Amino acid sequence: MPAVSKGDGMRGLAVFISDIRNCKSKEAEIKRINKELANIRSKFKGDKALDGYSKKKYVCKLLFIFLLGHDIDFGHMEAVNLLSSNKYTEKQIGYLFISVLVNSNSELIRLINNAIKNDLASRNPTFMGLALHCIASVGSREMAEAFAGEIPKVLVAGDTMDSVKQSAALCLLRLYRTSPDLVPMGDWTSRVVHLLNDQHLGVVTAATSLITTLAQKNPEEFKTSVSLAVSRLSRIVTSASTDLQDYTYYFVPAPWLSVKLLRLLQCYPPPDPAVRGRLTECLETILNKAQEPPKSKKVQHSNAKNAVLFEAISLIIHHDSEPNLLVRACNQLGQFLQHRETNLRYLALESMCTLASSEFSHEAVKTHIDTVINALKTERDVSVRQRAADLLYAMCDRSNAKQIVSEMLRYLETADYAIREEIVLKVAILAEKYAVDYSWYVDTILNLIRIAGDYVSEEVWYRVLQIVTNRDDVQGYAAKTVFEALQAPACHENMVKVGGYILGEFGNLIAGDPRSSPPVQFSLLHSKFHLCSVATRALLLSTYIKFINLFPETKATIQAVLRAGSQLRNADVELQQRAVEYLTLSSVASTDVLATVLEEMPPFPERESSILAKLKRKKGPGAGSALDDGRRDPSSNDINGGVEPTPSTVSTPSPSADLLGLRAAPPPAAPPASAGAGNLLVDVFDGPAAQPSLGPTPEEAFLSELEPPAPESPMALLADPAPAADPGPEDIGPPIPEADELLNKFVCKNNGVLFENQLLQIGVKSEFRQNLGRMYLFYGNKTSVQFQNFSPTVVHPGDLQTQLAVQTKRVAAQVDGGAQVQQVLNIECLRDFLTPPLLSVRFRYGGTPQALTLKLPVTINKFFQPTEMAAQDFFQRWKQLSLPQQEAQKIFKANHPMDAEVTKAKLLGFGSALLDNVDPNPENFVGAGIIQTKALQVGCLLRLEPNAQAQMYRLTLRTSKEPVSRHLCELLAQQF
Amino acid sequence: MIGGLFIYNHKGEVLISRVYRDDIGSQAADSAVFSSSGPFLGERLGGSVRNAVDAFRVNVIHARQQVRSPVTNIARTSFFHVKRSNIWLAAVTKQNVNAAMVFEFLYKMCDVMAAYFGKISEENIKNNFVLIYELLDEILDFGYPQNSETGALKTFITQQGIKSQHQTKEEQSQITSQVTGQIGWRREGIKYRRNELFLDVLESVNLLMSPQGQVLSAHVSGRVVMKSYLSGMPECKFGMNDKIVIEKQGKGTADETSKSGKQSIAIDDCTFHQCVRLSKFDSERSISFIPPDGEFELMRYRTTKDIILPFRVIPLVREVGRTKLEVKVVIKSNFKPSLLAQKIEVRIPTPLNTSGVQVICMKGKAKYKASENAIVWKIKRMAGMKESQISAEIELLPTNDKKKWARPPISMNFEVPFAPSGLKVRYLKVFEPKLNYSDHDVIKWVRYIGRSGIYETRC
Repeated sequence: MPAVSKGDGMRGLAVFISDIRNCKSKEAEIKRINKELANIRSKFKGDKALDGYSKKKYVCKLLFIFLLGHDIDFGHMEAVNLLSSNKYTEKQIGYLFISVLVNSNSELIRLINNAIKNDLASRNPTFMGLALHCIASVGSREMAEAFAGEIPKVLVAGDTMDSVKQSAALCLLRLYRTSPDLVPMGDWTSRVVHLLNDQHLGVVTAATSLITTLAQKNPEEFKTSVSLAVSRLSRIVTSASTDLQDYTYYFVPAPWLSVKLLRLLQCYPPPDPAVRGRLTECLETILNKAQEPPKSKKVQHSNAKNAVLFEAISLIIHHDSEPNLLVRACNQLGQFLQHRETNLRYLALESMCTLASSEFSHEAVKTHIDTVINALKTERDVSVRQRAADLLYAMCDRSNAKQIVSEMLRYLETADYAIREEIVLKVAILAEKYAVDYSWYVDTILNLIRIAGDYVSEEVWYRVLQIVTNRDDVQGYAAKTVFEALQAPACHENMVKVGGYILGEFGNLIAGDPRSSPPVQFSLLHSKFHLCSVATRALLLSTYIKFINLFPETKATIQAVLRAGSQLRNADVELQQRAVEYLTLSSVASTDVLATVLEEMPPFPERESSILAKLKRKKGPGAGSALDDGRRDPSSNDINGGVEPTPSTVSTPSPSADLLGLRAAPPPAAPPASAGAGNLLVDVFDGPAAQPSLGPTPEEAFLSELEPPAPESPMALLADPAPAADPGPEDIGPPIPEADELLNKFVCKNNGVLFENQLLQIGVKSEFRQNLGRMYLFYGNKTSVQFQNFSPTVVHPGDLQTQLAVQTKRVAAQVDGGAQVQQVLNIECLRDFLTPPLLSVRFRYGGTPQALTLKLPVTINKFFQPTEMAAQDFFQRWKQLSLPQQEAQKIFKANHPMDAEVTKAKLLGFGSALLDNVDPNPENFVGAGIIQTKALQVGCLLRLEPNAQAQMYRLTLRTSKEPVSRHLCELLAQQF
Repeated sequence: MIGGLFIYNHKGEVLISRVYRDDIGSQAADSAVFSSSGPFLGERLGGSVRNAVDAFRVNVIHARQQVRSPVTNIARTSFFHVKRSNIWLAAVTKQNVNAAMVFEFLYKMCDVMAAYFGKISEENIKNNFVLIYELLDEILDFGYPQNSETGALKTFITQQGIKSQHQTKEEQSQITSQVTGQIGWRREGIKYRRNELFLDVLESVNLLMSPQGQVLSAHVSGRVVMKSYLSGMPECKFGMNDKIVIEKQGKGTADETSKSGKQSIAIDDCTFHQCVRLSKFDSERSISFIPPDGEFELMRYRTTKDIILPFRVIPLVREVGRTKLEVKVVIKSNFKPSLLAQKIEVRIPTPLNTSGVQVICMKGKAKYKASENAIVWKIKRMAGMKESQISAEIELLPTNDKKKWARPPISMNFEVPFAPSGLKVRYLKVFEPKLNYSDHDVIKWVRYIGRSGIYETRC
């Protein structure tokens, strides 16, 4: 070809590139490029036709400039012209430019596709190769659309050259990866499978890659490939290293092809017996070869050999049917465990992890326990240590649990911070699952807390408490052990939590020993009290009240502690509340009542260990080998938690038993962390029959609250509006625009739907009596998806806080799809107020946070007490309130039809009493009432004069307070 | 306070590194992964400083996007840089320093270096690195700028290396007393046979004009540079047609106000050389000073009102179809016909897809410079109140890009022998009470040069 002699030259290009390389600065480079671009533009101007050589040269220059990072916006046409050249070098540069520069939405794409089609149709293998490479390197959807049908034909055509077949297979693979839907399946698939028998190993390699990818999606169509792959594999494996010539890599015959074939076989279950025999033979040969002394000292040789070996082992694991092979694989891996190559050790540990889950090789894996433990201790690389920990976890069973757990515990002291939590979880699970006696279990977990307290999550110590509570036989031992553990000068807070809970429940079991007599127990716990966080302190307070029940002799000491200013006036509401309530409880209630209230916790219902769930969550689905537990250890019937329920403690339905469901809440002996003060009070008074956190039904509670409280009772607490329960108003958005309208609906009625959208419905039911009120809010999830972090809060804008006390109960943070949750609000009107409180609802719906602010339908008229009076009285009072600022009057147009009955109902709903025969005009309405607030009472007289002709009303209100008159007038006027 | 000062070449290799404080570098270490350092780093740099050095190279000099801000913050370390041709000067600090002060210092540093060895180039810096370190020791102490007056520095930092040994003790003590004394910029006992002084008013005029000839923005920034060869300790007083001064004086004689009212100019802001007595300027607005010996910049100022625009550019661009562009540009000189403007250069940008250009001009030479994507039209000389014209035909290559040409403005360069702001030197009086020469004996030269700054007209 003449082009070659000239093409190698391209002196202009070489000069240009060396010019650019010699540029001293960026500016100089840009100048040189600008100059060159102008030159090329003038050449491409089209006055004179360029010969192929110069076209190629300039396109090359453009490509170089583009690769330097400059924009190229011309020259595409010239490049496309090059495609139709007959010279290889020109065509090659054309394709190069196109695959680098042409984007898919270019107008030229049709021309390009045409050129490619021509080349594909030509019988020239180099041109076909260029075209296929271009398709593959562009690899866009458009390319797939244009050529996905064509390439399979090229691939399976009988007269296609080997090199083209190879390119076609890889090109098709690329198109299939970008747009699998565009590659049609057809009769070519069966012929592709036969490429595995091709003479040319390059074609086989390319075809294997293609088939593996295709077979993952359509296993049925390529089923026949299994036997072909096996026979091909056996031919490779049995061949001498010299047989395959070009395809022998450092004395390993065709390692990449072997690996790919083994991968392909992993897409299918073990084949039928005839083929299987042959495959087993192959795998055995591979394993045998691994035992042979290496033919070369080069690292490439061992790498290639091991690559095949590891792939073979994963196939063996995948089939999981040949015990012999599995054991051999395991032994082979065992050798690698001590190999000096870190990568090999890592891979060996990783493969062994999967091997451990096979019933055939589990025992074999177990024999390497010492090596693995050694690896855990001495390995330098943290990722290898992590694998070793995984493997230990996977190989653990009843026989070696004690050893493994103790080793892991020992390792924990020096473990890397990143994997500590995971190891803690693993230890906790193993200890629980394989515990033969529970004293060992308790010891282990307490050790765990001692060693790695910070990494012990809530779930772990919840679980200990569950198990201890459910097992009678271990309770005494547990109490003794925690007592001893607590005697350490510095112990972790989690230990204090466990200790506090267990001693509170079962401290009596060790009280006989003078060394752990009740006062000693108490003083031990109390010595830790000041070092703990609020949550732990709260738990300890509950322990103390339990002590009063268990050991009446400590009552005086504990009451003194509770009475101390640091408790009774603690800045933390929760602690303060507990201190006050427990103190009152201990002094008011009789011992019987105390004994009932503070009864021992009932056993927990059996459930899957939440620790396991946490580990799964942590590792992602499918990662934890714990998933394979069932298969591995069929003998252990208690995989779910390992706590066999004893007949005596068949789970009793207890609303608070959902210990782990509460997650953040302290153990159930304590009321939920943020329970409203008033509500808790009711619990205490009504509660002798109920569990501490089992509230009475709302109706009862409401009634009991309305009874006049005893003056010395902590009802006084109610006066304190418990501000800490509410978040600051700064994170509350403005009310939704229709909030006012929604509010107006509720001026004259107490029940109904407050708000509704596609996600959420909020219903209201409320009762008011005198200056007190109770409101039930029902939050209904209208979707099928769970709401997360659901938190409705009430906010007092401005100085409303001093006027209105609203206490809320916290509701569950999750609202299931279609479910409804209820929230109770206790309201007390302290003074007259004008603006309603705001209700802010926040939750996450499908990951997006939602926030909603509404006005709570609490208006001043809700605290109206109707008053009946005679006409004479009415007029007398009317006159008394004759100061101009006491009267508010409004004349307004009727928004609704004027119906006397409806108006009457509305006025009654508003709260005033309707007085008949007062006004001389029977059309007019007259009402009277008293607004009850805690601080004062506001008398209120109203008169409504409808004018049916003009469709107008005149509303006159007289009250003893000016703002109240105006506000009521506003409110009422909007109703008609 | 400046923590350190580095000078880099265009490749980002460090030529000069002077560290004044320990705080730089330690945090910048976290900022990025750095490649191996340049060959000029040597062993002088500690590990932490090297990180600061590298951080600047990686994040500014070699940044993928061109860094346009002169201040860069990397890992809580601030880098202030100026660039002179291919050389980067970077001052580094960890503290919240006065950025204006740092830049003033860097400019001064450039001036000092230029005064010592001429053009700031890689070659010159490499050849003079001992001198540069010596200078850096002198003009920056623990990060605080010191006396950077070239004249004063030259008395004790000399390029002749060992000359200082020959200085007598007396001379040395004189230097000390001068540098630490009240008038640090001038030594005593200077004697000239001929007392001479040169005054240059150098202005650069900046303009942005709309195609219709509307002035969008215009200002003049000027400098008064003085070169003095005066004996003894002369007291000088400089007077110009500052509006405030003229009006103050005009109060006495009404007729003078009307006469010189148009002649005065309003100065927006000005800065002075340290020798000028600011208190006197504040109270009387008179500029009086004892000048340093040799050349120095007396003042800098800026005006925005009543600027004389020496040239007017009238562009006419017509697009003929997608492949052709016709450009016609007329320039008109707008000053006294007796004056001659020099070095006139008009730069007309061309579109990026220009494939060929034909130019016809009546005067001067015009050429299409592909490397700069512009037609450059040069005229050697042009008298006032004249007009000249160029017309060009630009052929375009059709491209895939649908982007429209942004039409960058036409820019211009020139030099005129007057001050476009209208500033006039009214007097410069010299008093030397001790030596007996009077104001009349001093030979004075005044020169005005107006140059173009960014002088652009949109088209």
